[in-house]
Amino acid sequence: MTAKVKLEKKPTGLNFQDLVLKLSHFWTKQGCVLQQPYDVEVGAGTMHPETFLRVLGPAAYRVAYAQPSRRPADGRYGENPNRLYKHTQFQVILKPSPGDVQDLYLESLGAMGITLKEHDIRFEEDNWESPTLGAWGIGWQVLLDGLEITQFTYFQQSGGIDLDPISVELTYGLERICAFLQGVSSVYDLRWSRDKTYGQIRLAEEQQFSEYSFNRSDAQAIRAEFELHEKQAQELLDGFATTEGQVRARYPLLPAYDHCLKCSNLFNLLDARGVISTTERAALMARVRMVACRTAAGYLEQIGGPTVRREVRG
Amino acid sequence: MNRSRQSKRKAAEKEIEVLLEVGCEEIPAGMLPKAEEDLRANLGKLLAAENLSDGVTVETFGAPRRLVAHLRGLREKQADVVHEVTGPPKSVAYDAVGEPTRAALSFAEKQGLALKDLYIVTNPKGEYLAAQQVKRGRTAEQILAEMLPRAIHDLSWPRSMTWTGMDGARFIRPIRWIVAVVNGKPLPFSFAGVTAGDLTLGHRFLGKGPLRVRDFRDYERKLKANGVVVRPAERREKISKELAAHGKRGAYRVHEDAELLKLVTYLNECPSVLEGDFDPSFLALPDEILITVMRGHQKYFAVERRGGEVAPHFLAVINLPKDPKGLVRAGHERVLRARLADAQFFWESDQKCRLADYLPKLERVTYESRLGSYRDKVERVRAMARWLSEQWFNSGLLQAHVAEADRAAELSKCDLATEMVREFTELQGIVGGLYARAQGEPDDVADAIYDHYRPVGLEDPIPRNLTGCAVALGDKFDSIVGCFAVGLLPTGSSDPYALRRAALGIVKIILERKLPVSLSLAVGAAAKALLTNAPKRGVPPEQEAQALAFLLDRAKFVLREREKFSYDEVNAVFRAGVEDLMDAEKRLVALKAIRKSKNFEPLAVSFKRIRNILEKSDFKKEEVRAIQPDLFESGAERELFSAVRAAATKVQAEKRAGKYQEALEVIAGLRKAVDDFFEQVMVMAEKEAVRRNRLALLSEILREFTTIADFSELGGEERK
Repeated sequence: MTAKVKLEKKPTGLNFQDLVLKLSHFWTKQGCVLQQPYDVEVGAGTMHPETFLRVLGPAAYRVAYAQPSRRPADGRYGENPNRLYKHTQFQVILKPSPGDVQDLYLESLGAMGITLKEHDIRFEEDNWESPTLGAWGIGWQVLLDGLEITQFTYFQQSGGIDLDPISVELTYGLERICAFLQGVSSVYDLRWSRDKTYGQIRLAEEQQFSEYSFNRSDAQAIRAEFELHEKQAQELLDGFATTEGQVRARYPLLPAYDHCLKCSNLFNLLDARGVISTTERAALMARVRMVACRTAAGYLEQIGGPTVRREVRG
Repeated sequence: MNRSRQSKRKAAEKEIEVLLEVGCEEIPAGMLPKAEEDLRANLGKLLAAENLSDGVTVETFGAPRRLVAHLRGLREKQADVVHEVTGPPKSVAYDAVGEPTRAALSFAEKQGLALKDLYIVTNPKGEYLAAQQVKRGRTAEQILAEMLPRAIHDLSWPRSMTWTGMDGARFIRPIRWIVAVVNGKPLPFSFAGVTAGDLTLGHRFLGKGPLRVRDFRDYERKLKANGVVVRPAERREKISKELAAHGKRGAYRVHEDAELLKLVTYLNECPSVLEGDFDPSFLALPDEILITVMRGHQKYFAVERRGGEVAPHFLAVINLPKDPKGLVRAGHERVLRARLADAQFFWESDQKCRLADYLPKLERVTYESRLGSYRDKVERVRAMARWLSEQWFNSGLLQAHVAEADRAAELSKCDLATEMVREFTELQGIVGGLYARAQGEPDDVADAIYDHYRPVGLEDPIPRNLTGCAVALGDKFDSIVGCFAVGLLPTGSSDPYALRRAALGIVKIILERKLPVSLSLAVGAAAKALLTNAPKRGVPPEQEAQALAFLLDRAKFVLREREKFSYDEVNAVFRAGVEDLMDAEKRLVALKAIRKSKNFEPLAVSFKRIRNILEKSDFKKEEVRAIQPDLFESGAERELFSAVRAAATKVQAEKRAGKYQEALEVIAGLRKAVDDFFEQVMVMAEKEAVRRNRLALLSEILREFTTIADFSELGGEERK
């Protein structure tokens, strides 16, 4: 209904899908590989192996992709205009970090149709950390007229390993940016395409997954699944440690990482269900981190990177 | 010789000016003030080490993209330093006929001088061959080329980063350019892969290309033309003025917030103030929440009507001179609307159940792994709050209500499980109080919940009612005793459970509200609560004593800092023993007053003497011996004894009546008898019985008259 009313006016701002296209186009011109979203549930674009693993080791790499990100605890049954169980991040990794990366980023805002001089754009301190991935970085949240639109991070560690060279990670919050561009106050009123709204496409999903993760998920089953995935990951990682010779290069570490991602999502589901105490929370996160860190170390060995150097973070 | 030529040249030397700018990607606003200070200190130290700091002014300025130093009055060159090198003794340097030996020749060679330039000096060891060496001063430029990168390198940051790789430079954010201009000329040096020059950049969006700068004036002028106000003081001034102007125009008052003002000063290179509105329907939310939403996330100033209630406008400081199309305003308004809608959602959804319904959820919120969950803590705080209220009621404070203190304590931590506090943690306590009031809890209980984290500092007010004081004290005693019981003692820089703040809060509440609280009994009650409630943990006496000592130490601090008692007065009273802080304060007031009387200071000196004598003798500290008047040998001895006995009776009576000053006056009246005694009597007499009897008399004096304050602590150093 609301969509129809909107369509009669001259639409302003990019459609949601065109925003993805614009950013994809902009960053491919900067030499990025255009990747697809990862096909395992993730809580953030950072968890995609194209970020988590690619930032390890010395090889230069540039990649961009949109990543639907699930945050079960953030679900609001489709009733809150700004909070979503699943939102879309547009993720860019530039490795090594170029000297003009802030300018490049600002150019990308221009590519979306934002006139920089007419807006209050600023970089405010916000260091990013993912305790489950053993990853952290230094950077900012970028504010556009007071709205957080991007997390801008110089990655320092991933999987507990000091990075060398340093990658820059740009994570755009697409729904927010699009709502800004279109001037709508509810995410569900966003035009996704010429004739479909975000609500038409995604509302049912928000309602159902909120209901599921807050009220109906089977915590016991999820705990069991967590254990299973953790076990498979650990077994694979143990196997790598005892594998020698040429088979090492083909050893399945990437599947171990998939199991790690599964654990992370299952942990989020338990958290949303409200069944874990603060102490248990820390313990479960440490278990996921352990798998993530082991995977990262194995991956680095597998690609023949330099021996892992660890330093105390400064 | 050439020394005089030097000084003439120095007089003619012109002073030089240095401009240093470290151009960065946005430096966190909160770190800039300290970075300005550190850079100034680093430069000062390095100049001093080169003997170049005389007459030099160093100013530093910080803005998001730059850290700037301006040095003036620097000498162009270090002064030459003349020093003397001593060689071999004359007797070795010259042979019998006065011809130079090999030793003399090789010394001259080593010094790079001809033999004729050497001379003989006479020092205490005899006559020696010597040479004068001049260490040429280096030019300021030479020194600066080493010093400036060092000053940047030596800045310390809470958390530094690298932007290239592990062997790259570390700084707070990537350094992208450096300006170093010495007397109009660029001074090239390299730091973090960047070569210094004379090109700077203006405001990110308002600046036009790289700007070449000659000196600080030129730099400041060009930056201003390119959207950057270099001086923080000027930016702050501009913001303050504009805030005031908006207030005047809108007939409202800007909600005072010095910290926010400082933050926005360092967040913007080109600040201006923009006014926005929000839907008045949001005013149904409590003011505390409105202000937190505006301030916390968005860094907006809230505005208030004359009556103090929040008005539906906000003032945002933006990094642009103006907003001609109103786009920025519209953006900020939209963001605030979403934030307020969130808060409203939390306000409503949190209250779908009652505050007490959150109690079971507290089981999942850990306080400390060995001390259990917040649910456990709540039970302990309840026990303490009940105990305190009971004590107060029994001592005549009739407005102390055990049931209300218990209820407030029970609900005090419930808001930790609400969405509102999860989103705005700084509102803990406040949200609980607001919900309690909205849900019809008595005002007394609601206010107590609201206030129970208070005071959070020396200047913060204490809970406004007695119930709040009981909960606040209960919570804080539990934190201190619990943490001490598991060995979580605060160390120099780390105090994760904010125990210092808790102890300070305890002292402040007791003193300001004038509450009768025995500290040792309260510590004991907290230990008992820890044993009878989860985690059912016993607290060994040493740890109770440690917690008590910690509290007393904080109390001394508060009495000095806030009540302005001097170091020695506080020490004197605490050394005499402190159980009840109200009583300690009364004793301090009396002591401070009596100190001015003429008899008092000399008496204090005598007390110190008595203590010294006793400490050096074989008299054990707590030993009590009967005094035998028949062993007295002199009149002064007998007089002192009778004066002491008479005074002791009076002092005890006055003390019982709480008349400390009167009691101290009686003690001061002993001065003459004490002086006469020391003048006429030799304490350490030959005869042991006589000596012991005299020591017994002195010991009685100390015992009887140092229960209000131990005067032997008085005088000496005023501050430690």
